Amino acid sequence: MIDASIHRVTGTAVPIEGNDVDTDQIVPARFLKEITFDRMGSYLFYDARQGDSANHPLDNPRYAGASIMLVDHNFGCGSSREHAPQAIRRAGFKALIGASFAEIFLGNCRSLGIVTATADAAVLAQLADAIQQQPQTQWTIDVAAATVTVAGMAALPVRIKDAHQQAFLAGTWDELIVLKAQEAAIRERAKSLPYFSW
Amino acid sequence: MSQRTLYDKVWDRHTVGTLSTGMDQLLIGLHLVHEVTSPQAFASLRERQQPVAFPDRTIATMDHIVPTDRISRPFSDPQAELMAATLEANTREFGIRLMDMASGKQGIVHMIGPELGLTQPGMTIACGDSHTSTHGAFGSLAFGIGTTDVRNVLETQTMALSRLKVRRIRIEGALQRGVYAKDVILRIIADLGVKGGLGYAYEYSGAVIEALSMEGRMTICNMSIEGGARIGYINPDDTTFAYIRGREYAPRDWDAALAYWKSIRSDEDAVYDDEWVIDGNTIEPMITWGINPGQSITISDSLPHVADAADPKSFQDAFDFMAFTEGQSPESLAIDVAFIGSCTNGRLSDLREAAAIFRGKRVHSRVKAVVVPGSQQVARQAEAEGLDRIFIEAGAEWRHAGCSMCLAMNTDRLEGRQLCASSSNRNFMGRQGSPTGRTLLMSPAMVATAAVYGHVYDVRKVLNDD
Repeated sequence: MIDASIHRVTGTAVPIEGNDVDTDQIVPARFLKEITFDRMGSYLFYDARQGDSANHPLDNPRYAGASIMLVDHNFGCGSSREHAPQAIRRAGFKALIGASFAEIFLGNCRSLGIVTATADAAVLAQLADAIQQQPQTQWTIDVAAATVTVAGMAALPVRIKDAHQQAFLAGTWDELIVLKAQEAAIRERAKSLPYFSW
Repeated sequence: MSQRTLYDKVWDRHTVGTLSTGMDQLLIGLHLVHEVTSPQAFASLRERQQPVAFPDRTIATMDHIVPTDRISRPFSDPQAELMAATLEANTREFGIRLMDMASGKQGIVHMIGPELGLTQPGMTIACGDSHTSTHGAFGSLAFGIGTTDVRNVLETQTMALSRLKVRRIRIEGALQRGVYAKDVILRIIADLGVKGGLGYAYEYSGAVIEALSMEGRMTICNMSIEGGARIGYINPDDTTFAYIRGREYAPRDWDAALAYWKSIRSDEDAVYDDEWVIDGNTIEPMITWGINPGQSITISDSLPHVADAADPKSFQDAFDFMAFTEGQSPESLAIDVAFIGSCTNGRLSDLREAAAIFRGKRVHSRVKAVVVPGSQQVARQAEAEGLDRIFIEAGAEWRHAGCSMCLAMNTDRLEGRQLCASSSNRNFMGRQGSPTGRTLLMSPAMVATAAVYGHVYDVRKVLNDD
């Protein structure tokens, strides 16, 4: 069996500023008319990156090659479209650190093995500062310890939801096999619900 | 932690077990599928030659990409045609019922579940769409899921979830004339914020909620997700039961159904993690002015000032995008487009409320007004009542059923910087199809009023003139 466990994420970071960045910004709805996720990476933050005056951090050479996004509150709010985290992953991102994440988006990230971590305002400010000072410095997120270490700095505490932490470490973030193993219990539970036979 | 709420009872009844991660494996009672978020899930099953575990518990329709003007096949948009054909092929191959255009039962997935009697109290309901929270109006736990979870539910009828906290939101008193369910939910989001519901399920209760029709209740639960709450629900009562009775998929053993439905109501002494109370008499017609559903004001207010905002950056971003002026009167906002429809406000009562405004009046010469019924059934009912004639005589367009201009995945969309008064649920940047298009969310009656006057206007002044 393939080892899908995720113990750490290492890479440089890019800041995506602003609260309530919604899934329509992450991938506009018109790009959802494709029956595969293959091209989603090229639609990431599409509209914000168009036009002569566009100056999106994803296109800023300072942050080239980033694989971690530093975000604010309620990132990924709105739609349940998995196209949003698919775009993020396919554009090369492996983790997001922010103040908070929208519920459905957070679960979708876990299903795809994208590590999401939240942190206090002071930690986020330090991280934002670190990007500005040295945008090409490597960060390491340690999933088990729930820390992020920026080269040359002490480890900073982040929070990873317990269940997600367990799933990343055990490599069961894609739960299909785990769920399927309970086939008999599923049938049993279905039988216990009155409406399954109505 | 909440205890003895509907949320706790229904969750426990559907828990297959607790996984090693600590998440619960939850059995899904009704799985609703549409064309946009399912193709990759079906492809995964096909690739591994796996069947759908409980095909009878899955129902499909097409709504997001369907055109609302010319609905003959093939659709004019080749991508839309491919999505429709893919759903048809997938449902045929995996033995799933499809409510297609020819069935007379097609419509927005959150419209057809209730109107066919599929949506019932005490169920868990999942769908690859965040507005699945709509079905919570019936006392079900209903929530949006991503495509990986669509695959998991197809293949196992279960998914992994962590328990949410429960916040009871009580709306007491009564609503003024000209104030609708849409205003109630916009007020809740204005009070609690767009991230106030993170980690929570919302239980709506109180005299205002109890007095609402099922359609009004659906409008409220629908926009729970706009307040950050993945789930919103209302305890089922006689209004709920009367709505379901006689519908195509209503339970045949009615007494057994009633017994189950009553058993899952929150107990009198249920424990909640949090509570919020609003006096319904203080709720006024609401409109959004910014780029998320929490950036709203009452029609009596002026637009806010950036300096007064808790989050100045988000207000500044909103003003920059909307090109409005701080402190401006909302009634000075001239609109270009009026959209009535969506899973929030595309039901018969919404169309009646809009028609009451349009009757005997004309849509303003500068405004393009589009009325899109949420389902084929709603369209037939509206036509039987002559509502379509009222819209057409007023100069509005009467269309076929679908999601349409709520998210503009079909050919209905804003152009350029157009400003749209919309009965839909999201005023996100670019939401209505033009990257620079702008949206003002409001009730259907307020949209109709704006369509007639050519600018935002207090519906209560119109109702008082009649």
